[in-house]
Amino acid sequence: MTASPAGRASSAPLMGRDAEPTLFEISVPGRTAFQLRTTEVPARPLEELVPPAHLAEAPVAIAEVSERDLVAHVTRLSHRQYSVDLGMYPLGSCTMKYNPKFCDAVAADPALASVHPAAPAALTQGWLEIMVDLEERLCAITGMTAATLQPAAGAAGELTGLLLMRAYHESRGDVRRRVIIPDSAHGTNPASVTLGGYEVTTVPSNDRGLVDLEALRGVLGPDVAGIMLTNPNTLGLFEEQIVEIAAAVHEVGGLVYYDGANLNAILGVVRPGDMGFDIVHMNLHKTFATPHGGGGPGAGPVAVAAHLVDFLPGPRAVREGTGFEWATPARSIGRVHGWHGNALVLARALAYIHVHGAEGLTRVAQHAVVNANWLRRRLAAILPAAHDRMCMHECTLRATALKDAYGVRALDVAKALLEEGFHAPTVYFPLIVDEALMFEPTETESPQTLEALAQAIERIALRAATDPEGLHRAPQTTPVARVDEARAARHLIATADAARP
Amino acid sequence: MADYLPHTPEEVAAMLAFVGVDSLEGLYAHVPSAVRLAGGLDLPAGMTEPDAAAVVAGYGARNAARASELVCFAGAGAYDHEVPPVVRALAGRSEFVTAYTPYQPEVAQGVLQAIFEYQTLVARLAGLPIANASLYDGATALVEALNMAHGATGRSRMLVSSGVHPHWRAVARTFAAGTGHEVVEVPLVDGRTDWSGVEPAGVAAVVVAYPNYLGVLEDPAEAKALAGSAGGLLVVAGDPVAAGVLRSAGSWGADVFVGEGQPFGTALSFGGPYLGLFACAEAQVRRLPGRIVGETLDTEGRRAYVTTLRAREQDIRREKATSNVCTNQTLMAVTAAVQLGWLGTRGLREVATRCAQGAHYLFDELTRIDGVAPAVTAPFFREFALRLRRPAREVVARLAEEGILAGVALDALCAPGDRSIDAPEGVLLVAVTERRTRAEIDRYVRVMRGVLQ
Repeated sequence: MTASPAGRASSAPLMGRDAEPTLFEISVPGRTAFQLRTTEVPARPLEELVPPAHLAEAPVAIAEVSERDLVAHVTRLSHRQYSVDLGMYPLGSCTMKYNPKFCDAVAADPALASVHPAAPAALTQGWLEIMVDLEERLCAITGMTAATLQPAAGAAGELTGLLLMRAYHESRGDVRRRVIIPDSAHGTNPASVTLGGYEVTTVPSNDRGLVDLEALRGVLGPDVAGIMLTNPNTLGLFEEQIVEIAAAVHEVGGLVYYDGANLNAILGVVRPGDMGFDIVHMNLHKTFATPHGGGGPGAGPVAVAAHLVDFLPGPRAVREGTGFEWATPARSIGRVHGWHGNALVLARALAYIHVHGAEGLTRVAQHAVVNANWLRRRLAAILPAAHDRMCMHECTLRATALKDAYGVRALDVAKALLEEGFHAPTVYFPLIVDEALMFEPTETESPQTLEALAQAIERIALRAATDPEGLHRAPQTTPVARVDEARAARHLIATADAARP
Repeated sequence: MADYLPHTPEEVAAMLAFVGVDSLEGLYAHVPSAVRLAGGLDLPAGMTEPDAAAVVAGYGARNAARASELVCFAGAGAYDHEVPPVVRALAGRSEFVTAYTPYQPEVAQGVLQAIFEYQTLVARLAGLPIANASLYDGATALVEALNMAHGATGRSRMLVSSGVHPHWRAVARTFAAGTGHEVVEVPLVDGRTDWSGVEPAGVAAVVVAYPNYLGVLEDPAEAKALAGSAGGLLVVAGDPVAAGVLRSAGSWGADVFVGEGQPFGTALSFGGPYLGLFACAEAQVRRLPGRIVGETLDTEGRRAYVTTLRAREQDIRREKATSNVCTNQTLMAVTAAVQLGWLGTRGLREVATRCAQGAHYLFDELTRIDGVAPAVTAPFFREFALRLRRPAREVVARLAEEGILAGVALDALCAPGDRSIDAPEGVLLVAVTERRTRAEIDRYVRVMRGVLQ
């Protein structure tokens, strides 16, 4: 291992520190950028075409800028934004790996991107084939029977899975009330349970950071619709008793739901279907490297075991003779998306799977896990792990020692990392770990980058001893300094037109 | 096989030694062997990018409906608008494309300010003071609006006009299975919602589409009166391009505006990723679903942006959150802000006007053909429904052979028993955008005449 760090994004010189006015502030009356086709369509006045009662008195004010102004504005905004392409993004649970440009190029191909979603199946055979190919590969990866590709993100997949759970039980005349969730779960899980019409029962983790099997047995009963589990869990630990957990839930007639947020850790090594899961959602924007877009779009396909296939949302693309057709399962829960899901995200994920193949995907998981474990051991002296043993693709570390000794908290470490040219890890999650810093390096970061991150954290720890106040004020070299979140919430200014206090 | 892993074999060996295991497989020693996959994934071998490119190109080649082959007159919520190179270049910048959710505002001012500008534009188009940072699509935005109405009123009865897009209503029905909402679909008569038969008492939301999915300009005042009389919220589902020239949802008294934002810079994309527009009245802000960006200051007193009112959201509020949405469609929201910036005040008005001009010109020409009649008599904006002598699906297939995507056959859009129109198998929904030339429209009319003779 080389000692010379590489892979640091060097935040100060690389990010724009000058404030950028809003689009509305650079607007100049009379200026334009748009150019439209010459159509020769008769230009009748709008008042002849539309009953005047429906027309606005004045056009909606947008902005009036030249193309050149717009390019400068948006480019400068982009310079005030950190991204995976710029540097490491070790956000735990978010799997911010490098997104291959090849997959972007696939999605940009007009032969895919210019297709209208309501065009008949006979004219969109390529798209249906993409959907069938992707569904079959996702099922091979997860060990499930069939999947819906409609859910637009992970949380949409969760809710779809819960509605599948509900439809399954109702089809058996079985009324169930509760869904069990570990205390380490993502917040989307309980929020989705409520929207699925169920109550949440929380099951505690044991001192090894895993689901407490005895406590689980204690809350199981005939009114339990199912359990939602992330495996590896949000501490980055594999639920070693997963077979027993699944059996216990199945024993009371419940279903076992796999939250695929952490699927990246186990690709090609262990499949949810083989662990006893009945329903699996995947986050294609995590595991299958489709870029996150600053907060979306994602895609959250849901795969199910054989006994749930009839309930899947429809229509689904299926093989029909030598071609492809739309079909809606017999007892479908219905549509969960306005069209067919986030199709271009699906195409990117399929391209990613094509490139990697079976062996490549397995290596993805293995390298993600070796990176996380290397980082866990490398940082053990400063930020000990909440559970110091072999982790999966992410490790949950604690800043408790820094807090006790110097009053420097996880948030301070995170903000100081921004000054060091890295994105921060996930902080204060999972909720059950004091001063949590969750690092997920992903497989696409090199050992040099990991070493650079470790050295940055060492510098921060040294600074904690000598200049804790400075750390409370970090970051200073970023486009803006620490942001007043309380002020934003106290007086909401959500638009440029809102009244200022 | 190809991958994107930087590690050399020597580096992997050194890392494994540091971690204390002797192989990559050894990292999984604590995974029960009973569930470990023997023999690897049942997938084809990987390939290099140039090799994969040929495979992927094959899919595209099997899409006859691509724009280079078919001139698009289909709409139904997804429209073929001009997206200029400058918008593609800016919205495609990797700083936006490869960023995560802006959880660290100090290094996310780019995305946060772009969302703030987007929120401002959506709020102006809606004529309402607050807009969120985006939802998945128009259909799921409607579902969130119903959930908001439930939260605001404590009631579960939703009156949804059948003029709302059939797929949106289908999605609302799906999610009502979980929330327990009663979704009452109110029929259309001659293209307009017939509210006369509905009982307003106990209503949480009245939902009207403006224009509705048949293109018709209904009078939202009727829906407002109904909602007002019962103390429910008025939800207006709008076409955001039409909103550039029509009276705003807010001016009709809407509490919530939802819409499909695809027309603002996003390609047809076979239906996604699109963009759920959501705006609401001040009174509902604490019930807003998903993220919202607010303006504030940093510790140096400089203007800064941050996601705010976070106590509504799932990661903090968990089972009591206003919504489960986490990942949304931020990149499409940024794209919409850039596209609207490019269009500007005059451009949006011009696009909306040209859509209406093209649609009315095509409508006038087509309805002169023997075998084509208006399906409804109500006034329309940029899309219209025609009743044809032959099944609409057949007509679409025939015109496709001539290089024209004639529209959307309504029986392909509507579930059986839909109460928006009778005998939908004979109805074709046709849309015209600012990209359609007179020559394309005239050719459509000629081919249609030939097909129906």
